[in-house]
Amino acid sequence: MAEQFTIKDKVAIAGIGETAYYKRGQAPVSEFRLALDAIMRACDDAGIKPTDINGIASYSDDRNTAIRVATALGLPELRFNNMVWGGGGGGGSAAVGNAAAAIVAGYANCVVVYRALAQGQFARFGQTPALKSISGGAAHTWPYGMSTPAQWIALRTRRFMHEHHVTEDALAAIAMACYHHAQFNPRAVMYGRTLSREDYFKSRFIVEPFHLYDCCMENDGAAAMIITSAERARDLRQPPAYIMAAAQGSDFRQNIGTESGCDYPTSNFKTLAPRLYQMAGIGPQDVDVVQIYENFTGAVMTSIVEHGFCAPDEVQEFFTFENFTAPKGKLPLNTSGGNLAECYMHGLELIIEAVRQMRGQSTSQVPDAEIGLVASGPMVAPVSDLIVRR
Amino acid sequence: MAEQSERRSYLPAGLPIPSAAPDGLDKEYWEATRRHEIRIQRCTNCRAFQFPAEWICHKCHALEMEWVEVAPRGVIYSWERVWHPAHRALAEACPYLVVVVELRDAPGVRLVGNLLGDPRQEVRIDTPVDAVFEDHDEGYTLIQWQPSRD
Repeated sequence: MAEQFTIKDKVAIAGIGETAYYKRGQAPVSEFRLALDAIMRACDDAGIKPTDINGIASYSDDRNTAIRVATALGLPELRFNNMVWGGGGGGGSAAVGNAAAAIVAGYANCVVVYRALAQGQFARFGQTPALKSISGGAAHTWPYGMSTPAQWIALRTRRFMHEHHVTEDALAAIAMACYHHAQFNPRAVMYGRTLSREDYFKSRFIVEPFHLYDCCMENDGAAAMIITSAERARDLRQPPAYIMAAAQGSDFRQNIGTESGCDYPTSNFKTLAPRLYQMAGIGPQDVDVVQIYENFTGAVMTSIVEHGFCAPDEVQEFFTFENFTAPKGKLPLNTSGGNLAECYMHGLELIIEAVRQMRGQSTSQVPDAEIGLVASGPMVAPVSDLIVRR
Repeated sequence: MAEQSERRSYLPAGLPIPSAAPDGLDKEYWEATRRHEIRIQRCTNCRAFQFPAEWICHKCHALEMEWVEVAPRGVIYSWERVWHPAHRALAEACPYLVVVVELRDAPGVRLVGNLLGDPRQEVRIDTPVDAVFEDHDEGYTLIQWQPSRD
């Protein structure tokens, strides 16, 4: 009976598409055109016509609405549209999971998931708007100069580091692995920009314990993927990346701004990860490669712990550049460069990289990778995660 | 209560002014700060503390909540030193210290504030702290913190 209510292995990611990735504010065309460009590329990659799309899913309040996309592409019928609540990248894997659910439920049979950002044309994420007054949860933090994601995630990271005797060396290992992988990836904004341990420690603090290189970039561009039934995907142009499991949601009382009464130094995956593994029927020991959303390295750290790759008190020992780098590391991490060094496309680029690993097309390929895990938007709420297989 | 000596507030003017939610949810919290009191919402049924305020108790789902004065004391639960100004009012104010303080008398309730004094001071988690009420001419009061004297 339980088998009936799962998406496991029934759906695949059949196409991926990305525009060129730009530094923030440097996109030469409008954000909506970027979105369309990425969608067209994903269709081409899959070998489908754009008019085959009959479902649309996104997240993070993407400005490029489903109905505008459906109208622009002249879709004969839109059968499913879906937006995941919450900002940042928390909804990335959830959008894919919702697309998969729509296909299994029969709402749609070909769903596009996309994210487009051209921050030069709109407001920046890392800057606090100049409001005269503020109410609600933000009233308890903004007047004290605590108003950005870096600032709330630094506080949670500090507490975790205190409880588990972790130093900045663990965070440095994450940043260095991401930059290392970007050096093999010509799509990466930080391609050609190496990061040594010395560079990391010499860089200025943004908010202690975060140095500059612990923080994601802000970029312009767009990414898209085509999701369809496993059966149909097998007849398309590319090897399918099958979806083994998806999970989304939040642990107990994790609304941002609620510093109280909750588990504080958490990436918010403690209830999701067990559900994810249960649906997939695997454990962390079966995962070959991971793509973990780096808003800030501290949230990557707790995500790795909460997905069972090491115990909290093993972080200081386990978090090394060697362990996180392809092809030979124990846990190759963010093999395209991720949000830190490839592009901050709110983590959709990380899901695309998970697909590339399953196809054997990564620029930092993990040999014989069969199973990949994605964690989206740690230390925000809601968050989501995904397991794909070859 | 400590004197505010040189600058009248820890951070410069120009940050958003806190105000009660339009639906009145946390009005009593902000009014209490004007009287130099910390009042936290508590459930009249199961007596669980809750912060920030909400219209229902998250533990027993009772809808009747009250506001209870608690001692202006706590311990540093976490902290950060901010070096990059994310708001234009803070352009010349870095570094500054933000602390999360767990209140002594309201288990699990944690307030965000600033730790007064030298922004480059060494900060230790679990340090006992006392509240310092920082009055602003615009009609609001912030709750700041300094290490306990006793």
